Amino acid sequence: MTDDGLGAAVYTSALRRQFGERVAVAGLDLTIHRGEVFGLLGPNGSGKTTTIRMLCGLLAPTSGSATVAGLDVRTQPHAIRKVIGYMSQKFGLYDDLTVAENLRFYASVYGLRGAVRDERMREQFDLLELTPRRAQLAGTLSGGWKQKLALACATSHKPQVLFLDEPTAGVDPAARRSFWQIIYALSAQGTTVLVTTHYMDEAGRCQRLAFLSRGDLIALGTPDEVPRQFGQATIEDVFIELQRRDEGATA
Amino acid sequence: MNLRERIAASPFWPMLWKEFVQMRRDRLTLAIMVMVPAMQLVLFGYGIRTEVRHLPLMVVDESRSAESRSLVAALENSGTFRVVGTLPDRAAASNAIARGRASAAVIVPPDYARSIKRRTTATAQVIVDAADPTSSSAALSGAAMAGSALSLDLIGAHGVVIVPPLDVRVLPLYNPALRTEVFIVPGIVGVLLTLTMIVISSLAIVRERERGTLEQLIVTPIGKTSLMLGKLLPFVLVGYVQMSVVLLLGRVLFDVPLRGSLPLLYLITFGFITASLGIGLLISTLVRTQGQAMQLGLFFMLPNILLSGFMFPLAAMPAPIRALSRTIPLTYYLQVLRGILLKNVGLSALWPQAAALLGFAALTISLSVWRFSRTTE
Repeated sequence: MTDDGLGAAVYTSALRRQFGERVAVAGLDLTIHRGEVFGLLGPNGSGKTTTIRMLCGLLAPTSGSATVAGLDVRTQPHAIRKVIGYMSQKFGLYDDLTVAENLRFYASVYGLRGAVRDERMREQFDLLELTPRRAQLAGTLSGGWKQKLALACATSHKPQVLFLDEPTAGVDPAARRSFWQIIYALSAQGTTVLVTTHYMDEAGRCQRLAFLSRGDLIALGTPDEVPRQFGQATIEDVFIELQRRDEGATA
Repeated sequence: MNLRERIAASPFWPMLWKEFVQMRRDRLTLAIMVMVPAMQLVLFGYGIRTEVRHLPLMVVDESRSAESRSLVAALENSGTFRVVGTLPDRAAASNAIARGRASAAVIVPPDYARSIKRRTTATAQVIVDAADPTSSSAALSGAAMAGSALSLDLIGAHGVVIVPPLDVRVLPLYNPALRTEVFIVPGIVGVLLTLTMIVISSLAIVRERERGTLEQLIVTPIGKTSLMLGKLLPFVLVGYVQMSVVLLLGRVLFDVPLRGSLPLLYLITFGFITASLGIGLLISTLVRTQGQAMQLGLFFMLPNILLSGFMFPLAAMPAPIRALSRTIPLTYYLQVLRGILLKNVGLSALWPQAAALLGFAALTISLSVWRFSRTTE
């Protein structure tokens, strides 16, 4: 792995973002390899979402640098948008469009047209078992189906890097399990996945984890290594320990 | 990729397609957009009258003579006044005006008939509620005209023939019957169009922001210009439909003339619709919620109605306010509407207005695109 990060899926160097006086991300150094399923963990306000938003070009970094798929977030945001997928807990679906119309819209925005687009839509509907719901309005879907549709919309252009910001918040465990099967399928096809989550079982499914606390990277490694670095038994224990420290610091 | 392929691959098209699908699904909003203007046209077209007639008049007749009765009849025959009652004295008349039971009162003193018979000047007084300048100026001129007509009659009755040394004649062009609706209905086209265009476009971007779909759009390759133009273009169509409905109803219900070139009117209207949409778009980049957008929109609308020349003539405004009215697209569009519909004026006379409207459209839309890039990054 080279230091300029051009070979990495995501590379950040001293990446920092402040909102006025408040430091949301305090100089993050991170390298995520291609094809990796990488988890970003931390209590609320630790800087996970801010990091993802900077990498997607939704927020400008205050200082530092970052590349996504070898492209600079500061100077090549438009090129980045063509090769990434982004899905947040808000899903970003149009409630008054049907399932098929939502997917058709996003696929077309990513430049797919005509037969190529229709073929890709069929492929995704099969993979996500959405075919029977094609004509249903997205607003009438349950949380789990909305999540699947949102994932389909974010991946219709086969992105190199997929950013998932708490994608499974408020979704039942069965839907979460099938969601993760899809994530692994995408990863097997070479898509890099960066996911933030609150669920410890999900953290365990990632290949590597980074723990953020108050804007700092405080642990990095596999789901087995990270608890050992803290002298804890499980990721959940690490999480609770961090939250306790945070609350101690604010009190 | 050649130019044609690049145009075909532009994210503008899916944006446009999505907006049309959403619009088709939202039938209620579409119906409101066509029905409400139609209802308002009927309401305003019948309701707004600037010529004042039949002001309620109280009579205080202390002369009780044939002469005093003929004065009251002359006032009533002018059409400006309508006798609503008689009162014993001036104090009672003032009281009736103060309470709003009458807008004017005529007070005929006891010696009125005697003075006429003696051929000295007889005096009668009309007191007027001048709190409302429109009706009071009508009352003033109505009373003065009735008085001088009666004077001439009396002089004639005395056997004197008078040839007036001066005769100024006024020829009313374009609206010879002086019907208010001929003036008001074209104005209503402009007012309704600007109000609805500002409202729908100010809500458009804000709604996507509130639903979280705007954030999703920003991470896609869709550019700000494609996003905004794709959103606005369907509204242009809505604007044209609305304008056509109001024009047609104005023709059928109020017999408003269509003297000039309709194609020219539709052409210049494009500039006005896009300028109004641009204002709405600009509003939507300044606010965070739909409620705020509505409030800010309201703030833009009042000057549109009051300062554009829709109701109150620009010529009557003080210079600084007139300058302000030149920053309102509706001011120019009203000149275009009235010019084409009532006066059959062509592009040779209206090009400054047409250019101003296109200028407004370009300015507001590019400002919006610029503002938008600052609020999302």
